[in-house]
Amino acid sequence: MSQGFRLDNVGMVNREKKISFKFNGKKYFGFEGDTIASALIANGVHLVGRSFKYHRPRGFFGVGVDEPYAILQLDRNNERDPNIRATEQEIFEGLEVKSVNCWPSVNFDIGAINNFLKMFFPAGFYYKTFMWPPSFWYKIYEPFIRMAAGFGEASIKHDKERYEHKYEYCDLLITGSGPSGLASAYAAAKNGARVILAEDKPRFGGSLLTSDVNIGNQTGVEWTEKIIAELKSMPNVTVKNRSQVFGYYDHNMLVMSERISDHLPKTQKYLPKQRLWYIRANEVLISSGSIERPLVFGNNDTPGVMLSSAAKEYMKVYGVLVGKKPLIFTNNDSGYETAIEFKKNGVNPIILDTRSDPSSDIIAEAKNLNIEIRFSYVVVAAKGYKKVKSADIAKISDDKKELFNIENIECDCICVSGFWTPSIHLASQSGNKSKFNEKIDAFVPDKSKQKENTIGSANGIFTLEETIKDAFDKGFDVSNKITEKNNKVSVPTVVEKKSTDHDKFWCVPLPKGKSYKRFLDFQNDVAVSDIELALREGFRSIEHVKRYTTLGMATDQGKTSNLNGLQLVSDIENKVVPQVGHTTFRPPYTPVSIGAIVGREVGKHSKPTRKSPMHSWHEKNNAVFVDAGVWLRPRYYKQGNEGLFEASKREAKNVRQNVGVCDVTTLGKIDVKGPDAAEFLNRVYTNAWLKLPVGKARYGVMLREDGIVMDDGTTTRISENHYHMTTTTAQAANVLSHLEYYLQLVWPELNVNVVSTTEQWAGAAIAGPNSRKLLMKLFPNLDVSNEGLPFMGYKEADLFGVPAKIYRISFSGELAYEINVESDNGYFMWEKIMEVGKEFQIQPYGTEALSTLRIEMGHVAGSELDGRTIPYDASLEGLVSKKKDFIGKRSLNRSAFTSTDREKLVGVVPIDKTTSIPEGSYIVKDPKAKLPNPKLGHVSASCWSVEYDNPFSLAIIKDGKNMIGQKLFAMSPLKNKTIPVEIVSSHYVDPEGKRVRS
Amino acid sequence: MLYINCPHCGLRSQNEFAYGGDATVKRPELNKEISDQEWDNFVYLRKSPRGKHLELWHHISGCRQWIKVERDTSTHEIFKTYKANEAIE
Repeated sequence: MSQGFRLDNVGMVNREKKISFKFNGKKYFGFEGDTIASALIANGVHLVGRSFKYHRPRGFFGVGVDEPYAILQLDRNNERDPNIRATEQEIFEGLEVKSVNCWPSVNFDIGAINNFLKMFFPAGFYYKTFMWPPSFWYKIYEPFIRMAAGFGEASIKHDKERYEHKYEYCDLLITGSGPSGLASAYAAAKNGARVILAEDKPRFGGSLLTSDVNIGNQTGVEWTEKIIAELKSMPNVTVKNRSQVFGYYDHNMLVMSERISDHLPKTQKYLPKQRLWYIRANEVLISSGSIERPLVFGNNDTPGVMLSSAAKEYMKVYGVLVGKKPLIFTNNDSGYETAIEFKKNGVNPIILDTRSDPSSDIIAEAKNLNIEIRFSYVVVAAKGYKKVKSADIAKISDDKKELFNIENIECDCICVSGFWTPSIHLASQSGNKSKFNEKIDAFVPDKSKQKENTIGSANGIFTLEETIKDAFDKGFDVSNKITEKNNKVSVPTVVEKKSTDHDKFWCVPLPKGKSYKRFLDFQNDVAVSDIELALREGFRSIEHVKRYTTLGMATDQGKTSNLNGLQLVSDIENKVVPQVGHTTFRPPYTPVSIGAIVGREVGKHSKPTRKSPMHSWHEKNNAVFVDAGVWLRPRYYKQGNEGLFEASKREAKNVRQNVGVCDVTTLGKIDVKGPDAAEFLNRVYTNAWLKLPVGKARYGVMLREDGIVMDDGTTTRISENHYHMTTTTAQAANVLSHLEYYLQLVWPELNVNVVSTTEQWAGAAIAGPNSRKLLMKLFPNLDVSNEGLPFMGYKEADLFGVPAKIYRISFSGELAYEINVESDNGYFMWEKIMEVGKEFQIQPYGTEALSTLRIEMGHVAGSELDGRTIPYDASLEGLVSKKKDFIGKRSLNRSAFTSTDREKLVGVVPIDKTTSIPEGSYIVKDPKAKLPNPKLGHVSASCWSVEYDNPFSLAIIKDGKNMIGQKLFAMSPLKNKTIPVEIVSSHYVDPEGKRVRS
Repeated sequence: MLYINCPHCGLRSQNEFAYGGDATVKRPELNKEISDQEWDNFVYLRKSPRGKHLELWHHISGCRQWIKVERDTSTHEIFKTYKANEAIE
């Protein structure tokens, strides 16, 4: 193993634990605590990817969330994770990652030809090129562009990892554990507030990890450790590392993604891979820090060019040198700190400072260390293709317009510092309009919109002393508002090196005769020339420039690119940056796994599953289940080799000939109680309800206010002021909301209460000519004769010691009863019915047989009451009262609803009596008519009639009443079928309804 | 996600509620002769104001009460919540 760029005894990685991992198939070693980036740099690897558009070589630019280049694809436990930032992903034993955006390999990438064709890839290339002909879009352009786009491939396999959601409430959420986050968390926690402190990195401390400062006589790292230890010991504080608060939503709801197992070889038992926290915070302190700004010069995207703060962090945290001949290019004092760190580690850097004569403590220290410094100097262009080999540097005139003495010097990395950009993303997402701070050439949050404050360098405060003081104050103030306590902790003394003003210079002019690409947006390959072109072509609004050039898009979200882009647009437009404004920052701040967003609601868990009390009986008896809303219902009970068709035919036939039993627990049931219940039902249903006697049921239809049928079902008067309403399985929840709406808002004067009792009752429908005989055996003491319990009658009785309710209602069209018992007795009831029914050839039937029976009878269900039909269409107009008013009545007068050629329910039989008609088929007069063939209507439901042993369908067709007897065609282009049919009455079986009354 | 102060239950997250539309619409009285236009306005026409708006929410996963919420449609600020038949200020 050779980690040629690893320093001895420097950094925070665990040298005791060596870890091997694979990058593009090759094995490397690092230490526990390394990221992929630090481990690769330690091994001297800088080429990790290819750029988006030109496929130029890509290395590392940053050290954390700001990384625009090093986006890799990770394989872990046979799972694929795209869009992984090498600067964030920690290594673990067996980790395998590979480069994206290159083929066949990162070293030899065919797409790199784009780099030589770059004059053909200007801004807006896709818009300009893939315009004509329009027909090419779908088949040629789009697949091609899609193939070229994106960072990595998502897996098409089911993600077996577990993700969780957590809802949390707190007084104060602090987003970042740098000096301001730690100080404010400490002050607020000590004052009794419930605090959540979130840190995106594995290590707490933010800039304190790398800065040479002293707080309360301790180093930054020592102070961090002390504060974190104390916070962790407090019961009112939650401290989380590897946790990124990525979105700020309405009413102080923030979302945080916690990476629990991503840094481990395998997800631990009982732990999820990631956890998404929905945090409702009373107050938020945004301490997300700042990101170093790049400087713009020729080929500034060459691997080896990186942020100076990143170079410093690689040394101090990971003990890794990013180069051995570093060139520091800076317009402020931050670059000096990096240079001093190099020098301390035995490496001689050269500093190029754009300023002519700055002086400060830090500069003095660099001079004392004999570091070579050149003032008024700039990097003109980086040289080298896959790694920086040298740089053209030059002296720059005082007006920063002219370059002199261009020379080439050898170097293996260029560390740039163009000053600092506060990370205002979260503040901006909260609705805070930012303001431009001239002193730091950057936007900072303005007036709070929600309950948020921004502290530390995220608010443009760049000295530690001020940051710490301000953060202690804010932490106290915010907690004081909430807890009303006054426990103030004293602010520690801070020792730091003083720095001087930065230079506003940010972009090196091109030398005469050179056309180097100078990049602004490293992730999306947007160069100075692209922005210039966009403006020449007339794009003015920064939002338009962004979309035309892709500046600041994708995962970068303007982290490193934003301000330089704005600066350029302002320069060209002769404006100042605040006039140009900035583009909108949108959540998420960093990419979030889709799995984390979905959480546990995957597959079967995406909605609850409801089962009837008889479910286990159905399972034991070979039921094949079907989803009915959230319920699982038996579709058919399989016997031997039967399929759906044979089984449902057998079951339906048995109902017509003997007796069948069906689990109807899933039907919606609503108790309607109160002295005004009858009046209420009279307003809800289209038919009359005032005279329904106790002990009787009635079928009712309810409408929406627009006249469309909402639902149907029977309602039974249990006692004077108590009604038992049933709804369809699918509409149960909507009907309850509908009733509550009218009772609470429209007619509050009605003394009525409604409550769902769906789950309180288990229901079994007994249907068939033998059903009365069965009932006599089930209830030997009850008079169940046609006189004793007539059609639409209701009785309460005792079922072998269990109280039961018997409704004589029928969906199948046969003599039928529905028995309800309390849910806990459902299984008992079912077993008794099966046991006693044996001698009457009872068989259970599922939803498929149930459909067959109702279709044959012409009873409407969900496929006819599809949100488009009025009572007339479904042949329910007989139930519409002319005398009284009800919900939706006024709409039935609409001319479209009274027109005589409305579509109406009919029956359809194929002429050959053998070909089944696909549901959804169109009914047409002439199957050969020119398309679009004028349709008369559609087939809503189909079955195999067990009564007549031929196919039968229901259809809703124009002028249906007058079409009966006509010979037409059912066409299904989907199934490629044209079937000659005859239109018949929808009441195919027992049109007089004798059986139900027998 | 909105944080809605149910007048019966207190502050609850939006995911306990269902949105119920414009709360200023009044259903015409039963059995009253009204013009087609009036009925049409009631059934179909809704304003979509930018700014302060009184709207209905149904606390379906809570107390099952319909409530009225005065909300700014552009900023989501909630000014006040009312019980179903409370007088609106």
